[in-house]
Amino acid sequence: MRLSWWKILCIIQLLALAVAGFIGGVPAKPIINESIRNLYFHVSMWFAMMVLFTVALVNAIKYLRTGNLKYDVYAVEYTFSGIVFCILGLVTGMIWANYTWGKAWSNDPKQTGAAIALLIYLAYLVLRGSLTDIDKRARVSAVYNVFAFFMLIPTLWVIPRLLESLHPGGMGNPAFNTEDADVRMRIIFWPLAVPGWTLLGVWITTLRIRVKMLEEKKLQHA
Amino acid sequence: MKKIFALLRKDILLEFRQQYSLYGILLYVASTVFVLYLAMGQPEDHVWNGLFWMIQLFICVNGVAKSFLQENRGRMLYYYSLAGAREFILSKLLFNTLLMALLSVLCWLLFSLLLGNPVRAGLRFLAISLFGGFGLSLVFTFLSAIAARAQQNAAMMAILGFPLVITQLLLLMKLSNTAFSQVLQNSLPQMVLLLAGLDAAVVVLALILFPFLWKD
Repeated sequence: MRLSWWKILCIIQLLALAVAGFIGGVPAKPIINESIRNLYFHVSMWFAMMVLFTVALVNAIKYLRTGNLKYDVYAVEYTFSGIVFCILGLVTGMIWANYTWGKAWSNDPKQTGAAIALLIYLAYLVLRGSLTDIDKRARVSAVYNVFAFFMLIPTLWVIPRLLESLHPGGMGNPAFNTEDADVRMRIIFWPLAVPGWTLLGVWITTLRIRVKMLEEKKLQHA
Repeated sequence: MKKIFALLRKDILLEFRQQYSLYGILLYVASTVFVLYLAMGQPEDHVWNGLFWMIQLFICVNGVAKSFLQENRGRMLYYYSLAGAREFILSKLLFNTLLMALLSVLCWLLFSLLLGNPVRAGLRFLAISLFGGFGLSLVFTFLSAIAARAQQNAAMMAILGFPLVITQLLLLMKLSNTAFSQVLQNSLPQMVLLLAGLDAAVVVLALILFPFLWKD
């Protein structure tokens, strides 16, 4: 088995995170207490999702520019992984909220924004499913992907800054308050958690792309 | 520029010649509001506001959806030979914003007739509902261009569109809530700017992306 350097890095980061994340020191905060460790998982999911959706966007644009169906496969698979990370982010957030806010869903603007993002990209999959012609499907879904991504920016990046919310980081940063985590957490969060989960997302996607490409090859020779 | 107006003129003329579609959508507005009145009577301010914008959303989906669905393949080919993609989408956007402005005003009139009129600042509310209708019709015009390519396109409009306009609707509801009292909130210009930015983004994206949609 031969692994490229970033896959080895991903394994090391996630293993180190699994150890350091659970036994490393954390600041004692009221209400949150030890559940602050969820930062390594919940917040990293959103970073990974954003990276995956952005890569999907780039591939959708590349498809529109070149017309090469390879990029369409890339775009849909990166979107698919992005959706998986979006669901994971929502679930980890809901579990966290259940213990800190009292209930899993409290219609917080940030929860709503995440749910909207999920709906938009699920609609993308439905749109693809409803088109049968391969070239038409690739083109129409690429157009929707680009349009949806830019419509999503205000939902995820602007509105949360304007509205009050239970979620940390109300004014200024849309998702989390950098002062809540101390140095002990930051040296785990930035070098281990965020790149580790993102690389895992990319890894899963590359595997799915390879499977898809092989399937298509098989179809061509059948 | 001339082509845009020619296409726009054709859409308006078509609307007046085939009167059933215009009357159809007007009747749609009237009957929805009437059903709402039978169900709700005269609701409180914030319920009134929520209902108003939901009805605006449904009117927009139904009124705007047909703009691309009514164009069959042959006619699209004909337009293709006459004008560019950008002119075509611009004329559609313009036509639908005009149509939506008419429908918004009608909707408000019917609402105040049947469900009562809690609006204190009439002019501001009118401006907000026109502005909101404008933004909604832009988004749905482009989505109907996408949905026209898919099967079951009427259902597709709702699936694609509703998540995309939630943000816009929430902002509009907040904005129009301010018209229920004479007091001005200081976050008002911020929201208006955000919505205007969103509208501009939709127009720019439509201009860039539509050429890919219409060649087959």
